[in-house]
Amino acid sequence: MNSDKYDFVISIGGAAGQGIAAPGDVLAWIFVRRGLHLYTYNAYQSIIRGGHIFLTFRVSTEKVYNHGDKTDLLICLNQDTMDRHLKHMEPGSWVIYNSDTIKPGEAQDGVQLCGIPIKELSDNNRNKLVQNTGALGVCMHILGLDFGILEDILTKQFIRKGQTVVDENIGVARAACDYAVANFTPCSEAIPEGEKPQAWWSGNEALAMGGACAGVKFYAAYPMSPATGVLHWMAKYARDLGIMVRQVEDEIGVATMAIGAAATGTRAMCATSGGGFALMTEAVGSAGMMEIPVVMINVQRAGPSTGVPTKTEQGDLWQMLGSSQGDFPRIIVAPKDALDAFNTVPELFNLVDRYQCPGIIISDLLISEGRSSVDPDDINFHPNIDLGELITKHSTNGDEYLRYKNTESGISPRAVPGLKGYVHVMATDEQDEDGVLISDEFTNPVKRRMMVEKRGRKMQDIFEHVAAPEIEGPKEADVTLVGWGSTYGVIHEAVEQLKTEGITANHLPVKWIVPFHVKEIMEILSNCKKVIMVENNYSGQFYRYMRSETGLNVDTHIRKYDGEPFMPHQVTNGVKEILDGETEVFVPEHKIMV
Amino acid sequence: MVTDTAVQEAERTVTKLKAKDFNGKVDPDWCPGCGDFGVLSSLQKACVDLELHPHEILTVSGIGCSSNFPGFFNSYGMHTLHGRALPFATGAKLANHELTVIVTGGDGDGYGIGGNHFTHLARRNVDLTYIVMNNQIYGLTVGQTSPTSEFGMKTKSTPFGSLETPLNPITAAIMNGATFVARGYSADPKGLTDLLCQAIQHKGFSLVDVFSPCVTFNKDNTYDWFKPRVKKLEDEEHDFHDWKAACEQALVWGEKIYYGKFFQVEKKPTLNDLEPVLNEGGPICFRELGLAKEQAKKLLEDMM
Repeated sequence: MNSDKYDFVISIGGAAGQGIAAPGDVLAWIFVRRGLHLYTYNAYQSIIRGGHIFLTFRVSTEKVYNHGDKTDLLICLNQDTMDRHLKHMEPGSWVIYNSDTIKPGEAQDGVQLCGIPIKELSDNNRNKLVQNTGALGVCMHILGLDFGILEDILTKQFIRKGQTVVDENIGVARAACDYAVANFTPCSEAIPEGEKPQAWWSGNEALAMGGACAGVKFYAAYPMSPATGVLHWMAKYARDLGIMVRQVEDEIGVATMAIGAAATGTRAMCATSGGGFALMTEAVGSAGMMEIPVVMINVQRAGPSTGVPTKTEQGDLWQMLGSSQGDFPRIIVAPKDALDAFNTVPELFNLVDRYQCPGIIISDLLISEGRSSVDPDDINFHPNIDLGELITKHSTNGDEYLRYKNTESGISPRAVPGLKGYVHVMATDEQDEDGVLISDEFTNPVKRRMMVEKRGRKMQDIFEHVAAPEIEGPKEADVTLVGWGSTYGVIHEAVEQLKTEGITANHLPVKWIVPFHVKEIMEILSNCKKVIMVENNYSGQFYRYMRSETGLNVDTHIRKYDGEPFMPHQVTNGVKEILDGETEVFVPEHKIMV
Repeated sequence: MVTDTAVQEAERTVTKLKAKDFNGKVDPDWCPGCGDFGVLSSLQKACVDLELHPHEILTVSGIGCSSNFPGFFNSYGMHTLHGRALPFATGAKLANHELTVIVTGGDGDGYGIGGNHFTHLARRNVDLTYIVMNNQIYGLTVGQTSPTSEFGMKTKSTPFGSLETPLNPITAAIMNGATFVARGYSADPKGLTDLLCQAIQHKGFSLVDVFSPCVTFNKDNTYDWFKPRVKKLEDEEHDFHDWKAACEQALVWGEKIYYGKFFQVEKKPTLNDLEPVLNEGGPICFRELGLAKEQAKKLLEDMM
């Protein structure tokens, strides 16, 4: 607990199949409905039964940016969780477990071991999930919550299974709560209430919803962790929102189907992870050549190849930069969190429609599968929609239409199939202004150059439409931390931690990868005392990209590539070690074995 | 978009289009004698017979000699990636189901690199017509074996003869659930025009695999080779509702090779019919974008 604000972390650990999600959801709903802010991170493996799942909730009266550094209250659903995590529990924390089946090991002084005799409290109920309900009852006491809140939620959750099941669950929860009142000391500060109820979502839901708000009418996907959540949301809401959702045979089909739909003037989107994106690669170039706007999302996971499907990494940057052969304009953007991801989708659609090119959103497992609260007033369900130079009415003048007209801006007004007077062919071959191929017997170097320049010129004014990165925190600082995408939340907190340790730090989060704000970034960084690059990969992909664009050398880095996201203290420690001159490339040790 | 169907109907009765109205901006650059010329003229004739207008049609192709088709045909066109014509076309058809979508390509494009999509398009039963100009060779890459090259065929990539058994597009399409499956012969343009008319009118996925000889690189399956062998299926007592009989006739290969309509299921709902999103409101590509207030309200409620 932090003294000046309520900041409490609960973790639930167990094996896949032990029902961790359900009590997790119960707690989350309690918190957000109380108006508290929430951030959850689930560490899991690619397994349906077994393994070790570790779900962490951080709850606060203020906005929460990450899952934090420690656990205040640990719920162990199996012995394995106890064995892995008890040693990390610090004085003033609680460990809840079923004392019938789980034996605690050596705990630090001040760690309250809250064993609950589930068998006795549940009248010998043999349902294995009963310990989860019991643990929730104990939580009510420790957090200082009125038991009635839990009673309501359990009733809603189990009423479909009948009153007997409701009564049984409430009975166990109440018995466990009463047992806790008699035996355990609760948190000295009862959980507060926030100003107003919060909403909550995962990053994938935010991306999908951003698409729906942007006017996406066609969504295609092939299931792939950690991007599948977008498909699930789209499929669930497809009929209500009039969105065509298709699960396709492979990601090649996904991307090309989306572009086929986009060719008719439909806003079309698809999402996958790096491996699926590898298959989508040829389609990226086809959208570039045919000048068809489409939004493709890559939710990065730890690679290469199949890699670690359920772990996070920022390892696909160069894959996105280099996806598809040839030289053509594309837009690449890496949002910083779920809300930013939500807002980025319509923003990117407006850009790709304006510039008639493919747009790529780089998310990762941390953003996409992390679930967080969001202020309902911050969600703009009705963003501005700008389709650019799109023609959707029949021609009446009989003039010859040139689909790829060599205009001054490079942008050629785009008519969609079905209209009279605009008949044309879109080709992946190089083509003349009228769509006739110049790749075969008609090749003409002058025309080829003209078309390459026409496409290239399209982006000349894009900087007027995308915000440049800005320094967050004090202008003058001992150290500037540079990150991109999902590291935003953790660096944000590390800056605060450093302040308490007397180190002034600030933060340059970069969101737009292409276009890249070379001028602004050079101006900012050339005035910084000490720059440290922070990224979730081994080779410093973003640093190498930034160097290639700006020529700036940075020799100090904090990197992590063990599959787990950064924790704030790991960045803080890295900064201190680097400032002390102990290392130039700091790689934190991830002590929690998940 | 204003669909002004009445106006279009009026225009049709006044100006009946001719085959040459479907000539593309450039003349075909196929080798003289290429079977694909017959396919092009047959499709042009079919579109005239069906009273279609160029702006109502979208031709979609992949890569290869025959995939240059959209450039030689006057309609909206997408000349896409090698093997990917079918998913591009699917996206376009689902997004604007008022378009007549015709996919054109070759055997390598459709059955080789695009084989996975071919399988799934057949079962998906999207309402589009797939014309494969099957010449049993890779032509644009100057003569290598294809998925329909015969066992033992000598090509630049199989100088000692192919060791692989060819794929039978007709049986493959039937087994995968296609609802209209025919084989055409480019040297019988009248018969081909009739098949193409039927295929375009058919509601669902229709395959017309056309023997379209490559006069430059396939020295085995030439016009002279086909001429004594090809027999019209309609001259036999064939029930095109009988999939087993259709497969049996499609597998006849040697002294006799049948062409014509092998198989059809008339009343199976297409994906377009089944998709509730298309029930009302016209093509999704012309619909209003953004959420209605009630839709947004519901989304927020689900999150709180």
